Amino acid sequence: MSDKSNQPSENNMDRRNLLKGLATVPVFGLFLVNLWRKIRRDSLMKSNLLSDLVQEKSAPAVISSLSDSRHLNIGIIGYGGRGSHLVRGAGFATKGWTDTVSENARKNKLDKGFATFMSQEDLNCSLVGVCDLFDVRANQAIDASKNETRPGRKPQGSANRYRHYKDLLADDKIDAVIVATPDHWHSRITIDAAKAGKHVYCEKGLTRTFDEAVDVYDTVKETGITFQLGHQNRQVEANEKAKQIIKQGLLGPINLVEIATNRNSPWGAWVWDIHPEGNAKTIDWDTFQEPSPNKIPFGEEALERFFRWRMWFDYGTGLSGDLLSHDFDAINQMMDIGIPKYASSTGGIYFYKDGRDVPDVWNATFEYPEKDLTLLYSATLSSNSPRGNKIMGHDATMQMGGQSGGGSVHGFIVTADSESTQYKDRLESGIINPKYPIYTYSPGSKQIDGVTSATSRYFANKGLLYTYREGKRVDPTHLHIKDWLDSIRNGSQPRCNIEVAFHEAVTCHMATESYFQGRRIEWDPVNRKLV
Amino acid sequence: MKKLNSAILENRCQLYGLVTLRALIGWHFLYEGISKLINPYWSSAAYLLDSKWVFSGLAKTIVSNPTLLGISDYVNMWGLTLVGVSLLLGIFSRYTTLVGMGFVILYYLFAPPLLGLEYGRPGEGSYLIVNKNLIEACALWVLHSFPTSHIIGLDRFFNQSASN
Repeated sequence: MSDKSNQPSENNMDRRNLLKGLATVPVFGLFLVNLWRKIRRDSLMKSNLLSDLVQEKSAPAVISSLSDSRHLNIGIIGYGGRGSHLVRGAGFATKGWTDTVSENARKNKLDKGFATFMSQEDLNCSLVGVCDLFDVRANQAIDASKNETRPGRKPQGSANRYRHYKDLLADDKIDAVIVATPDHWHSRITIDAAKAGKHVYCEKGLTRTFDEAVDVYDTVKETGITFQLGHQNRQVEANEKAKQIIKQGLLGPINLVEIATNRNSPWGAWVWDIHPEGNAKTIDWDTFQEPSPNKIPFGEEALERFFRWRMWFDYGTGLSGDLLSHDFDAINQMMDIGIPKYASSTGGIYFYKDGRDVPDVWNATFEYPEKDLTLLYSATLSSNSPRGNKIMGHDATMQMGGQSGGGSVHGFIVTADSESTQYKDRLESGIINPKYPIYTYSPGSKQIDGVTSATSRYFANKGLLYTYREGKRVDPTHLHIKDWLDSIRNGSQPRCNIEVAFHEAVTCHMATESYFQGRRIEWDPVNRKLV
Repeated sequence: MKKLNSAILENRCQLYGLVTLRALIGWHFLYEGISKLINPYWSSAAYLLDSKWVFSGLAKTIVSNPTLLGISDYVNMWGLTLVGVSLLLGIFSRYTTLVGMGFVILYYLFAPPLLGLEYGRPGEGSYLIVNKNLIEACALWVLHSFPTSHIIGLDRFFNQSASN
């Protein structure tokens, strides 16, 4: 009897226990329902956005088999700042450099310079010849050729020094040369090297003058050597990705492209260090200035001109060959724009009143009437304001560098235009918001780089310091040298071959000529003349 | 398990208040964890890189070592998720309140809003010394001191089977 009367209350207790124990389970269920709705909404948004429209294709893998096929002997002509970087790209660094960067990596764990160098592929080549007009640098190059701290196998021997580049070119065991002299020597050395049957990697800008560019083009074509111009941006994954997006028409018709240079430091304005050991005994000044239009005797000014040659038109073309050339080539890589019909430019020496004759503020416009396109270049060496490069389409704008990075280097963002025709429906339905990017490309976002100095950041933002292959950080200069050596081995054309090099050279020289002449310059493609 | 103060047990308002707080914090942890789990690009690196004050050196060490960074990412993603589930369902909540407290105190210490410390990340509020991490840590302390999962939550069943 008593059992019977207790049963309902025990049942009640059990039910209450169960209810209390599971009381928050519905909240968990509510969470899951909302999570599912959120994921579904996000994936729907995403599928409506560019990331789905863009066929996912990673950058071409680095082919590693070719390097083993044939050992190549290379020579370096001009082992300055850039020359030493190029030689490092081939796998040879001075002991001073490897010691410093390994020490940097030890002190600052975010500094990946040493690790990036040591993880380069062994390109199966030797640095056998060195030519530099400054003894200190020639000796450094020899030191680099035999430094055992390098990626891959130990070096096979030590490089020979040649006082004149012609002696280096006469050495039969040299297969290929890297030309990293000031611009006023590029054409002579490249032409002589090609005639001697050596393959050439020439630093940008291709030449100091327009006529020289035509001569180099013709000689490379006639001799059939493998020629690579030093625009390492050709290896940058972000540029290939951007090219894909543009090719698919996702930006719509593009009528204006804006590229810019902003720097604000003496170093960025080519006021480079004058080496304390530079003097009449250690520098072959007469040979240095031989091809330049104006000559001066050796002295303090000559020292300055030797180490800061980019500040004078006697040896280079200032902003044109140094920095416009990079950005132009990147746009040419993405959009295949080629040589413009017209170019005009203006500028002046407004900040650095230090005896230079190249402008420090310079703006150039390039017209492509057949492509309905204007390319605008604007440069200042006295402001770091980040502008980045913008490809402005009717439907969307692609921005690289500048303020587009969102913390990432060498990425880009694509933002829809509020008046876009292509995205009209999606804009109206709210799927696309013109305030936010519809596509963001930030390679290596899970990797951390310790890019510190302002000039390094400038280059990194333009993707010239590092790129990524399958998420791994690689120096594009290494990839560019590798591309050249691989092309020599298999007889193919490297990415920045003489055709695109010629586009770069003519475009830059048109703008420089316009600055000199104070008028618009027209390209005559039939007679290959500037008119 | 420590019993809840009888006054609180009798005062429904206080009990439900504590349970609601537990469920809300659980929800927050759970979504923080899951959103990281489903985002292939998420990494703790960005937060750690911006670290200031006493733990900035440790943060730098973690970021510069891929293995440590991997562990940090993994512990954050799964730790937050599991603490979230535990608080929400009321299972082992007595212990996970402490784990959760550990997480938020670390977030606070890696980037405290102290005078003179400037952060690269844009903040979502205005803080002086006290921020939401510190408040959430204190709320978890309260939940640890006034456990509710053995009354409302799955812990109730464990508690019962233990007492049976």
